[in-house]
Amino acid sequence: MTDPSGSGFRVVGERLPRPDARDKVHGLLRYADDLALGGMLQAKVVRAIRPSARILGIDTSRARAVPGVKCVLTARNVPNNVLFSDVPGQTTTVGPLRARTQVLADDVVRYLGEAVALVAAETEEAAEEAARLVAVEYVDLPGVYDPEAAMQPDAPPLEPTGNVISRWKIRKGDVEAGFREADVVIAETYRTGLIDHAFIEPEAGVGWLDDNGVVTLRVATQVIEHFRDVANVLGLPHSRVRIIAPYIGGGFGGKEDVTVEVFLGLLVWKTGRPVRLCYSREESILSPTKRHPFVMKYRHGARRDGTLVALQVELISDAGGYAYLSPLTLLYAMVHAAGPYRIPHVRVDGVSVLTNNPPTSAFRGFGSAQPAFAYESQMDALARALGMDPLAFREKNYLGKGERLASGQELETAVLLPETARRVWQALGPPSAPSGPGKRVGRGLASALTAYGRIVWLHDWSSAWIELQMDGTVLIRTGVPDIGGGQAASLIQIAAELLGVRQEEIAIHIGDSALTPLAGTTTATRQLYMSGSAVHKAASELRATLVEQTAELLQVPPAAVELADGMAYARTNGERKISFKELAAACARAHRSRSAFAIYQAPAGQVMDFETGQGKVFPDFTFGSQAVEVEVDETTGEVQVQRVAACYDVGRAINRNSVEGQIEGGVAMGIGYALLEEDRVAAGITQTPNLMTYLIPTALDVPDVTSIILESGEGMGPWGARGIGEPALVPTAPAIANAVFDAIGVRVTRLPITPERLWRARQAQEAAPAR
Amino acid sequence: MRTIEFALNGERTRVTVEPHETLLAVLRQRLAATEVKSGCERGDCGACAVMLDDKAINSCLTLAVQVEGKAVLTVRGLGAPEAPHPLQAAFVELGAAQCGICIPGMLVSLYALLREHPRATRREIREAIGGNLCRCTGYHKIVDAAEAAARRLAAAPR
Repeated sequence: MTDPSGSGFRVVGERLPRPDARDKVHGLLRYADDLALGGMLQAKVVRAIRPSARILGIDTSRARAVPGVKCVLTARNVPNNVLFSDVPGQTTTVGPLRARTQVLADDVVRYLGEAVALVAAETEEAAEEAARLVAVEYVDLPGVYDPEAAMQPDAPPLEPTGNVISRWKIRKGDVEAGFREADVVIAETYRTGLIDHAFIEPEAGVGWLDDNGVVTLRVATQVIEHFRDVANVLGLPHSRVRIIAPYIGGGFGGKEDVTVEVFLGLLVWKTGRPVRLCYSREESILSPTKRHPFVMKYRHGARRDGTLVALQVELISDAGGYAYLSPLTLLYAMVHAAGPYRIPHVRVDGVSVLTNNPPTSAFRGFGSAQPAFAYESQMDALARALGMDPLAFREKNYLGKGERLASGQELETAVLLPETARRVWQALGPPSAPSGPGKRVGRGLASALTAYGRIVWLHDWSSAWIELQMDGTVLIRTGVPDIGGGQAASLIQIAAELLGVRQEEIAIHIGDSALTPLAGTTTATRQLYMSGSAVHKAASELRATLVEQTAELLQVPPAAVELADGMAYARTNGERKISFKELAAACARAHRSRSAFAIYQAPAGQVMDFETGQGKVFPDFTFGSQAVEVEVDETTGEVQVQRVAACYDVGRAINRNSVEGQIEGGVAMGIGYALLEEDRVAAGITQTPNLMTYLIPTALDVPDVTSIILESGEGMGPWGARGIGEPALVPTAPAIANAVFDAIGVRVTRLPITPERLWRARQAQEAAPAR
Repeated sequence: MRTIEFALNGERTRVTVEPHETLLAVLRQRLAATEVKSGCERGDCGACAVMLDDKAINSCLTLAVQVEGKAVLTVRGLGAPEAPHPLQAAFVELGAAQCGICIPGMLVSLYALLREHPRATRREIREAIGGNLCRCTGYHKIVDAAEAAARRLAAAPR
């Protein structure tokens, strides 16, 4: 057990099976919707059937008359009918970030599916019938469904202050001078689609009124800190609301903003009864939030020798009916807009705009996935225009450690981009032959950087508690929600490494805002970094106590003490081994604490300069590349991804299976983003309200992925780990777009690359005069 | 209301249902068989797959009254934690269950495949789970685990 792999670690880096997996494969795990309580009411949400309308009146009398109905709520029954979308735990007030939504629509509805009323009844059938009978009288208001149109002065305003909710800019060098130095200029407009998280577990939860009047909500969420939002809406002290996150059936950012928890809180508070609310699939697709569609106008200039000299970017994001986290998503897009490239002159302007489309907010690759499609398509087009190999062109321009992004942030840790790009390109192996006539094979490459961890001026922190139990086992408590990435298992593995016990000897309680120390959100690829660091700190403190106790018992210096295989002993004399159970008793006798609580504070920084966009915004980045091989059917326009290789410097792999799992899952989601997925909305009305029309990749759409893991040891997390959850998705779509170009010479600038779009792009190219 | 009788994971089960109730609703709500997951209620995602006699079916598209006299097997019936089915063991060992919400349906589809085709290829495995959506793993480790289980089953004495 002591370092079986010769890596210098005992269990870090091993492919340990996850403790939660056993319950999952036997169907024993109770997800948010798997709990039933005695006397539990069933809830339904009444949703707006117009995308832009004024509510003239709501008649709930017929709904209330349905037998079994216990409660019907509208905006006037909500104590404080407003939710703020500030970042949980935010400590710095930044004007443009302040955004609010109404809990239940009061006067106006701004998107199709906006919640208007809540119903709770003895049975699901009664709740459904009552929801149907809530009569809402609407009068249509002019709507606006295109962000560029919404910016015009005559557009109908969703807010009195106008539809533009956020503007950011980045200024570096002199862009005009830069373009004068350029021998080649490539200008193109790119568009990405509205994407649904499409977790297989819909938004769901069960709530009840617990002892001492504590409103307790067991919900599928990435953010147990929403207990504060629920308390604010109910007008209760924060300590009167408790949120428990069971293991979650997929998050991807879609369970980051408030979903069911406020509705459940209201119904529990009003009825005093346990209440269940689980969204249908259609409701999950209609309700907030989604990934932002972006319009991205890119113009790059390069010298003949392949040196990038100038970049001008305009980003427009469609925020939908409410801001949610749109201003922040746009800020992320700004900082990522130039990609991992050295460009002396850069100007980026970004704007986020309200429309009557579905509200958009967090989604894996938060603001970094959209620009990567644009900048990596641009890199490919530039390399081809210059007659250079796409890999050689990138290698000439990659930023290195110690260099600065366009936003001025220095890259302070290892940047292994050249190695990641070379490795994935090689890993594709010899090219495949086309599978038949009319088929063409092509290959594409894409590299990216993606931030992990929260913005440095938001003062992020996490905390964890650890204890040696009297039976010799170890217990961790930390408020981390586990959304499937192995968040809990990795924390166990970190503690096992430090304490020298098998992971089976460690238990963990997670995700309870009342009983586990708060760890912050499972978002922003921050848990391994932040809560991994908190557990590392707490376990190190416990380790120091145990070493001290052992030294005292054995009468040896602490430096001679070893903890391994669940025993404590002196390295100088391994004869006398003390079990952890004995050690616990010895600590108790000596009045030594067997527990440790630690807070990990992320390094904080100053707020960036909003006029120039200069400053440090993120703690660190994860760098990586992906290469794909596709086969395009020239007749039908269908694209099949045949091979994928992905290489990331993850700093340190804590659990190799989990790292690969994130990469493979990210690639699959990236294939959907590139080829299949788009929530189609016509004049504010969703046309794809189920998984038959909103297509996510099946096992037949995703090939095996060759994952190559590099470990520089230079990340910000435990033993130099970096985050991988979000970065894994980012390069896939541009790599596929570049491979499609390689196959048939057509550049599709809009995602997803559907057969129809590919055919149209080809028609347009054939019709256009040769450039 | 109508009383039906069927075998649920080998146990004789009697339950009174509405004629329009789906098997999924009856399993989850009346029989507390919450290991059967509900992802779409219209046959698109496969999370609710169960064995009905010798076939894997979507329980959301099956009426409860249709299972009268038949045998229903859920993921809990494949193997117990102390004696897991080779598929379940391989899924844990190889990291094929991440968030895990699709896994109960996924395992049932693979169980049905390996009963019919114990030497299934990777391609056949992918086809067999073509109706089981996973948003989380990327399928690679699921196919690895199914392949490993197939090898183990083929090697086991009958």
